[in-house]
Amino acid sequence: MNAYDKTDVVIVGSGFGGSIPAYHLAAGGAKVTVLERGPWLETKDFEHDYLLGSSYTRAFDFVVGDGMSVLGGNCVGGGSVVYFAAMPRAPKFVFERHGSIGRRMWPSAITRDSLEPWYDRVSESLPVSKQDWNDVSYAGGLWASFCDHSGRTANPAPVAVDNDRCVNCNFMMAGCRFDAKRSLLTNYLPAALAHGAKIRPLHEVQRIERIDGGDYRVHFNVVDDEDYRLQSGSGTIDAKIVIIAAGAGATPVILQRSEAALGTMPHGVGRYFSGNGERLNTAIINEERVREVLGLSREDGKVYEANHIGKGPTVANWDKLDGSLPEYERYSLEQLYFPPGLGTILAQVPDGAGSDKDVPRWFGVEKKEILKKWASWLTIFLMTEDDNEGVFGTPPPTGNAYRISQQMLGRGPLKYDPTPNTRHGWALADAECKEILEKDGLAKVAPWTNDVVGAYTVHPLASCRIGDDPETSALHPNHELRDHPGIFVTDSASVPGALTVNPAMTIAALAERSVPGIVRALQARGVDVTYGAPAPDGSITGRRAVSKLSLVSGT
Amino acid sequence: MDSDEQVKVSTLEAYADTILPGEKRFPGDHAIAGAAEGPGAVVAGALELLHTDATGVTVGLPYLAQSLNEHAKGYAKEHDLALDESLPPFVALSFADRTALVRSLTAPGHPEKDGWVSLALFCNMSFDSAAHKHTAEAIAEGHPGLLAMGYTAPDEDGLWRFPKFSYRRELARLHPDTTPSGSPA
Repeated sequence: MNAYDKTDVVIVGSGFGGSIPAYHLAAGGAKVTVLERGPWLETKDFEHDYLLGSSYTRAFDFVVGDGMSVLGGNCVGGGSVVYFAAMPRAPKFVFERHGSIGRRMWPSAITRDSLEPWYDRVSESLPVSKQDWNDVSYAGGLWASFCDHSGRTANPAPVAVDNDRCVNCNFMMAGCRFDAKRSLLTNYLPAALAHGAKIRPLHEVQRIERIDGGDYRVHFNVVDDEDYRLQSGSGTIDAKIVIIAAGAGATPVILQRSEAALGTMPHGVGRYFSGNGERLNTAIINEERVREVLGLSREDGKVYEANHIGKGPTVANWDKLDGSLPEYERYSLEQLYFPPGLGTILAQVPDGAGSDKDVPRWFGVEKKEILKKWASWLTIFLMTEDDNEGVFGTPPPTGNAYRISQQMLGRGPLKYDPTPNTRHGWALADAECKEILEKDGLAKVAPWTNDVVGAYTVHPLASCRIGDDPETSALHPNHELRDHPGIFVTDSASVPGALTVNPAMTIAALAERSVPGIVRALQARGVDVTYGAPAPDGSITGRRAVSKLSLVSGT
Repeated sequence: MDSDEQVKVSTLEAYADTILPGEKRFPGDHAIAGAAEGPGAVVAGALELLHTDATGVTVGLPYLAQSLNEHAKGYAKEHDLALDESLPPFVALSFADRTALVRSLTAPGHPEKDGWVSLALFCNMSFDSAAHKHTAEAIAEGHPGLLAMGYTAPDEDGLWRFPKFSYRRELARLHPDTTPSGSPA
């Protein structure tokens, strides 16, 4: 152990849950060290390339569990580097959900209205903007037109993308070569560094222990830059406060592995995992019918054939985000681009597109035929209300998975067996997709199969959730781990349940909201730190909004 | 019977061809069943990708090939099929029988599902993303999978840009409860 490896705050993970407190605490005067298990990639490193070993495989992890596979970021900037930057705020009814516990899941202190100023802070900091129809990709426009044709509405999604810089390459999942996507590498992280925060890439946290005086010692392994299965050393760092923000797929695993040293974990650690109710449907578009019925055509005379052109999701249907509907019957339907490789294999041959029940639908002759129509695919992303049914089993020896490939692919301990409630929500959303997309012969659609790698989420949530009830939540409403003062969880793991929309905006808002309480905890431990920094670019409108909440500490 | 290496290669080719089938490379091509027109996963480079160390499956390939042939023998016995003994058992199966066997090996609940799904994932990737090659180079070389899927060539610097990307028309009514931030209420 190095005696000098000591700081005020260790933050585990550099995605939204890590970078936002890193900035505010460093700006407030605390000594902050961020441990990130992935590499530190810069703009020049972000490639347009599916080669194993390019940024596409270095920057994210695909972990196959039992019944659920999880896609997550694995680099400095975390999920923000690989996400598609759709940033809607969660609808009001989400905060009133009961889920499977028969009472309100969210802490009583949090509603959409009370979270609004924190959403504003994030919106100003990244920044987030509304899009208009000129920003919407062909795929988004096509989805909007489908919705309109079937009597529904459609909205351009709010995004954290600088559309003046965006070249619509659809390589967002490999990082943004053009700095058009407002990942954390363009705002909170550089601002945190400017205030003295240290970021240590390729540091994978193993476990945490409590040391004399009530501080914590964080144990890490150093991961090889190219082959993540290899480790080239280990070490420790001591801190007064530890913030765990390793993502909903890894945060509970670190806490489980720490249980022997820290003592019993709250019941909610590693339970109540939610896949945000996610599911994908792939439609094979009938180009000629779209021309005839919807009257769409591109400048070059083609109708659509543009699956690969664009910038992730640009248009969503929100007609079923209706708080008067019963729980598990509310969902959004969003156009999404999903790159080939790991995703394409799950696309199934639709009924009536030449398939019969005796042939496989995710591989084989007919699958090859729909792959040849790939440019005419329209992928719809369903975000429903699932039942928080995921449970983490025995942690693997290191990390959150047994790594199979040098990068990207691993086998994790998550078990997910969807309940009838979750399946009900999926079935309704699938049926809605079919009704919209197959009207008048415009397309043929099939849901992605769960049979190959289980259900699939790109937005893992709620494996260590906040709440008022100690029986069903791992964290106090201020994000502090129950019975373990000084450990905070500020990432997607803390979100209580599915949001029916893309969760990054809510994860970020919760992280913003958590900071004043963490500042108070640091002050109580004798650290000279204040709260009240502006947005990373110096803007102060959002700070004024939260100041009115009388939540500001140390100012 | 061929050498162990030839048996392994031929067996894995037959597996890859079951996942994404193609036309035979030459008369008497046994590994590729010839179930579909145009090149399939084998010609797209499935074996090359499987032998790329980064996949993490390379060292297990001899075992997987051997195991696949054992399963094929069991399948043939169960279905009372006579196999051409000059061929590896999986290669000797018809395309329909290879498909049926792969369906059962990758079905939920099969104890070896993980391994066979991993193999299928990489066979698929060889065709739909050519993960063993730089994408721009693969397209320039005429990679059959990427071309079949309609990939276009990148700009000279190897990056894709699409200056035309939008119908640029209002195409639907907004949801009436949209907030000023552009979010659902």
